[in-house]
Amino acid sequence: MATTALTPAATGARAGLYDWLTTTDHKKIGILYLINSLLMFFLGGILALVVRAQLAVPALIEHGLAAPGFKVVSESFYNQAFTIHASLMLFLFIIPILAGFGNYVVPLMIGAPDMAFPRINALSFWMLPLAGMMILTGFLVGGAAAAGWTSYSPLAQAKYSGVGEDLWIVGVILIGTSSILGAINFLVTIFKMRAPGMTMFRMPIMVWTILVTSTLVLMATPVLTSALIMLFIDRNYGGHFFNPATGGSAILWQNVFWFYSHPAVYIMVLPAMGIVSEILPVFSRKPLFGYKAFVFATAAIGALGFSVWAHHMFTTGQVALGFFSFMTFLIAIPTGVKMFNWTATMYKGQLSFATPMLYALGFLTMFLIGGINGAFSAAVPVDFALHDTYWVVAHLHYVLFGGSVFGVFAGIYYWFPKMFGRKLGEGLGKIQFVIMFIGFNLTFFPMHILGLDGMPRRIANYSPDAGWSDLNLLATIGGFTIALSMVPFLWNVFTTLRNGEPAGDDPWEGNTLEWATSSPPPPYNFDRLPEIRSERPVFDARHGLAGGGHG
Amino acid sequence: MTAGSTAVVAHVEEGHAREGGISNVILGMLLFITSEIMFFAGLFAAYFSLRAAAPGWPPPEFEGKLLWLPSAEHVIPVVTIATILLVLSSWTCQVGVWGIRRGDHTALVRGIGVTVVLGAIFLAMQLYDYTVLYSEEVRLDAGPFGTTYYTLTGFHGAHVLGGVIMLSVVLYRAMAGQFSKDHHDMVEAASIYWHFVDIVWILLFSTLYIIPNVR
Repeated sequence: MATTALTPAATGARAGLYDWLTTTDHKKIGILYLINSLLMFFLGGILALVVRAQLAVPALIEHGLAAPGFKVVSESFYNQAFTIHASLMLFLFIIPILAGFGNYVVPLMIGAPDMAFPRINALSFWMLPLAGMMILTGFLVGGAAAAGWTSYSPLAQAKYSGVGEDLWIVGVILIGTSSILGAINFLVTIFKMRAPGMTMFRMPIMVWTILVTSTLVLMATPVLTSALIMLFIDRNYGGHFFNPATGGSAILWQNVFWFYSHPAVYIMVLPAMGIVSEILPVFSRKPLFGYKAFVFATAAIGALGFSVWAHHMFTTGQVALGFFSFMTFLIAIPTGVKMFNWTATMYKGQLSFATPMLYALGFLTMFLIGGINGAFSAAVPVDFALHDTYWVVAHLHYVLFGGSVFGVFAGIYYWFPKMFGRKLGEGLGKIQFVIMFIGFNLTFFPMHILGLDGMPRRIANYSPDAGWSDLNLLATIGGFTIALSMVPFLWNVFTTLRNGEPAGDDPWEGNTLEWATSSPPPPYNFDRLPEIRSERPVFDARHGLAGGGHG
Repeated sequence: MTAGSTAVVAHVEEGHAREGGISNVILGMLLFITSEIMFFAGLFAAYFSLRAAAPGWPPPEFEGKLLWLPSAEHVIPVVTIATILLVLSSWTCQVGVWGIRRGDHTALVRGIGVTVVLGAIFLAMQLYDYTVLYSEEVRLDAGPFGTTYYTLTGFHGAHVLGGVIMLSVVLYRAMAGQFSKDHHDMVEAASIYWHFVDIVWILLFSTLYIIPNVR
């Protein structure tokens, strides 16, 4: 702290930029995570629009809006577009942006001055832009990865996939390493850096979800690293891991890949559940219903998450169908507990519908659909019928967009005042929510029907006689509607940063410690901490339940 | 910042220190090793899965070529010596740790110094093993056997190299007198890592060298 006082005040834009590039402050790193992730979200979104535009072509031809034989992009580019869309969205948007929120709020929420390893924290972040550049460089060197984000062998082998696939592998390994280092940092921070009085069962639910997520990252991500390294060896050094023609096993790839990638689904949704669990109590004016049940449900989802990976592989005929189907159904139980807790939190609460609350409610409703259509496909015969159809695309987007992305925007609107000292405009926020909510359902609900009709995933074209044209056109209109919803968002951020309404320390009358310090917080986080006697220390202090602050 | 707030922050930090128990650095290393276990688990899973599906292991064409089988030139297989040296290095490393826990700097420097040398010898022997095998056409691209053999031992070797580098830094800092009885978290953390690398090798040695020879 003394150093801060002794260093002459940095002046000018260049000093500011240098400060951001070299920072080890968890709050600045958190904001860097957010900026980088949103940039990747926009790039991934543009690629999604390419995919949607191409899939609308049969309908356009039918309605005489395009000449027969018209293509938006070549089949080869189409494959790159959906592969890189998924890779950016999963690995460089959802996972890192949730880690970004974790970075910003976890030390604040537990009353710590910073993360346990600030320099490793900076390292974790800076691997991400590098990885993003590697993956995207594929477009400049003869084609990016095009084997899908799942990169199944033999499609991902050197015979069928070019150098873009190698760049993708190295990029994803970097992202994995960044995640693992971040997870270690979170765990040590949570276990060792809590303020006096902040016992484990007084930690905000957001911190618990980050704890469970970090455990998943720690145990699952290294397995993906090993799988990617094996694939790299196969492709470049003549290895025989995944090539059945020479004694390898293509199913082996699917096993090691999904051993990571199913827990990864929880890595991508648990922190969003944490965000929603912070927002619902604040805007319902009630404590979270069943705090401990919620914590145990989170841990149960994490633990069960390791025993369901092969439900992605039912149709291979190489897995124990009954076991993996049963375990998948089991996950519905802790998830149901959470749904019940969230609903009961709002029951008879004094609800107010500010933008963060709207997004939280969007999460609740859309994630419910994603959960139900997921549990539905856990039944083996149903999965046999729906495997690799657009049903799966509908399901995963209801979980990851309807769930995680709505959670992310809830978090942005909720913590923006803390991060920048100004409240995002409510009007524009609500406009964005309505457009995004409508656009989202317009895009992804028809995909359920397309899946039931048998439309396969990952195809660039289909027969106009298939009967899929109109629903695809609808989904494409929905996709562009989602893109439109980013205009009020960006305008909102831009105008708020210039001259938004000053937020004050605690604009929402929050419960958790981040609202006990200034907005934005000082580099050392807290001048004084309120006494911590429950999981809602700021609520207690506001209502005089815990006496004055100490120190 | 005002003097008052400094006092508060100092108070908070004191609170953290008072919790005692395991230090941040050692906890961080233990968690890192957890992730490493899962990394090697992925490689081992691949090994067993490919081996179970293979018609013969090692494949018949490699009979008599593998260094760990006693032969005319190598009465005691090279890898066995390397294994003994690596296990020994875990002990010398721990002697160094026990030394600094008593505040004995000489024991620390000697223990870690010998460990670094033994680690380097292990790597040299592995390299020798590779060159001989390679000349006998047991190569990375020689079927699943060669692929898994070089990948598993290669990644272990990379971890040994990482450990040697880590312990060299410890050695340098020990010689500069930067550790004491109460302040030597890095020594503890590096030694935990080294023991982990050793245990992985014992698993690898059993899996790759002993089990295939039990008939």
